[in-house]
Amino acid sequence: MKKTSWMVAGLASIALAGTAGAATLDDVRAKGELTCIVNTGLAGFAAPNDQGVWSGFDIDYCRAVAAAVLGDAGAVGFVPSTTAERFTKLRAGEGEILSRNTTWTFSRDVDLQQTFVGVNYYDGQGFMVPASLGVSSATELDGASVCIQTGTTTELNLAEYFSLNNISYEPVPIATNAEAQANYLAGRCDVYTTDASGLAATKAAFDNPNDHVVLPEVISKEPLGPVVRHGDDQWADIASWTLKAMMVAEELGITSQNADEMKGSENPEIRRLLGVEELQGVTTLGLSPDWAYNIITQVGNYGESFERHLGKSTKLGLSRGINALAKDGGLHYIPPVK
Amino acid sequence: MSYFSSLWRNEQSRGILIQIFVLVAFFACFSWLISNVISNFATLNKGFGFDFLMLPAGYDINQTLIEYTNRSTHLRAAIVGLLNTFLVAGVGIVLATVLGFVLGVARLSRNWLISKLAYVYIEFTRNVPVLLHILLWHGIIVNTMPHPKKALTVGEVLFLTNRGLYVPKPIAETGIWLVWLGVVAALFFSVGFARYARARQRQSGMQLPVFRVNLAIWILLPLLAFFAAGQPISLSFPALKGFNFRGGIQLPPEFVALTFALSIYTAAFIGEIVRAGIIAVDKGQREAAEAIGLRPNQVMNEVILPQARRIIIPPLTSQYLNLTKNSSLAIAIGYMDIVATLGGITLNQTGREMEAMLMVMGIYLIISLIISAFMNWYNSRVRLVGR
Repeated sequence: MKKTSWMVAGLASIALAGTAGAATLDDVRAKGELTCIVNTGLAGFAAPNDQGVWSGFDIDYCRAVAAAVLGDAGAVGFVPSTTAERFTKLRAGEGEILSRNTTWTFSRDVDLQQTFVGVNYYDGQGFMVPASLGVSSATELDGASVCIQTGTTTELNLAEYFSLNNISYEPVPIATNAEAQANYLAGRCDVYTTDASGLAATKAAFDNPNDHVVLPEVISKEPLGPVVRHGDDQWADIASWTLKAMMVAEELGITSQNADEMKGSENPEIRRLLGVEELQGVTTLGLSPDWAYNIITQVGNYGESFERHLGKSTKLGLSRGINALAKDGGLHYIPPVK
Repeated sequence: MSYFSSLWRNEQSRGILIQIFVLVAFFACFSWLISNVISNFATLNKGFGFDFLMLPAGYDINQTLIEYTNRSTHLRAAIVGLLNTFLVAGVGIVLATVLGFVLGVARLSRNWLISKLAYVYIEFTRNVPVLLHILLWHGIIVNTMPHPKKALTVGEVLFLTNRGLYVPKPIAETGIWLVWLGVVAALFFSVGFARYARARQRQSGMQLPVFRVNLAIWILLPLLAFFAAGQPISLSFPALKGFNFRGGIQLPPEFVALTFALSIYTAAFIGEIVRAGIIAVDKGQREAAEAIGLRPNQVMNEVILPQARRIIIPPLTSQYLNLTKNSSLAIAIGYMDIVATLGGITLNQTGREMEAMLMVMGIYLIISLIISAFMNWYNSRVRLVGR
């Protein structure tokens, strides 16, 4: 017993080695590449496209950080991870950023020693059922088999929601979205539950999307956002302001197309964001003055990224809804760039 | 220096010196690893402790052998997972052993077709990784079995669906103790009769129909008790209600697929072990047994197998251990064993990787040691006693 636990300790210490010490920004610069922990594949958020290049809403954020830090949105390596492994991977130093539809919760923030740097998508947990079942509300699901990704907040929400409403069910735990899809389509379960955005993405990938309906109930708050390790405030600030810069750019009407002409704008906030005028603190953060300009020209603003991967013109067809900027009636309210 | 070199030149003291060096290096290595863990835990500002086991788990489990709700603790969830591991390993070991012995004997059969069929089965099965067996069986059940609304049924009692196999569930009522008494009595009488029969055979050479008499004892005594106590067992039949069957016992596809795959895979190895054990018995034994007029199944059961057993048991033990450890692949199809509960969801919800993984590893180690100890005990019982 003793020997075995030493062995485990050894293995774990090897896995953990290298997390401590030097500033994350220096590590990334030295590597010349940012490493991002992402989904194993979720249409619209993170999936390799037909050329094998990772693309999606969560991927865009990684590219934006790379553009801000390295000046090159292409300098990103991706580490696909299941829901269950993601935090372990982040803390073991397998990547500098976790951008993987991750719900911001108290215990994940505090107990798991991580920092959520913002919310890039306000989501909520929903249910999808085959239209042929004739179910119109989640309250009619008594006795159903429910496919669910293990190691997620959805697992806990489901248990809470169903016991509050006195609904019995059979949980069918599944490791990845792809397997959940296969089991759901094979009829192993009546219902698939995950974040509403994930349901839209999954449904869009079906052969006959119209044979399935998403029920009206949204049973939880799921603020999704990127995560970094505790203990490096500089890196957390970079990660946080990269996301904010994308949103501010949309607020100010700067797009990847017009960023160059916007440099001539009279608006001081635009001038500061694009590095025409000095934005105090950028050098303290360890970034070059054109950090936000690089993000906007190489990746685009928040709205562009949303429309490109999730919006009405895509297969997912999600509307902005609560994910609009505050000035458009949504929840994204961004501190000013001053 | 010269003292040291003389120590080094002496063969005996050199041996001791080398052992000391190796031991020191070994401990240095481990203490470095441990101090590394401690310092990394300190940098991450993480504690080490098992308090999290007492927190409510918050998640539901679809196959629970003991009472469990999502308000139960992580510890209870781990126990539920552990029992599921025991269940699949126990059933798997029994099935694999029975099938393996049949295969081993069939492989040596003088019937060409039976022997070749066993050969093909063994070669096809053991050369495919067990994970693929598990995924295959799960895929077959989930994709080819009908939806509960169109369930296949045997007399409206057994139902086969892609949500699993449903069988009636016996429910104990008052007076059940008499039935248990009947079972205990049956055990008592059958063992007694077997002993009596053996003693008598030793003395007079006369054989008694032990199997038939014991079968009768095992059926009649509990049955008598059952009726004497006024039929204290009722059955809950599965019935389709809403989305799924309610009542009865559900054997979920994950359990069935895992048990099938593990036993079918391990049986191929056991078959080869049995064959090797039988071949290793001197052929003079068989000839002698045939010469005194024993029937073929008597030759096998009374002469060959008791001797082959001594050769079979040690490698059989390692197959049992393999099967138990392979059951951790359950996570691939979402069977909630100890790895999926404690090492999966609990680990993920609480973030206690080190503690959870240490516990899972410790548990597998203990299970393996128990199986080994039992098999060693059995081995020492059947081994050849020198006279």
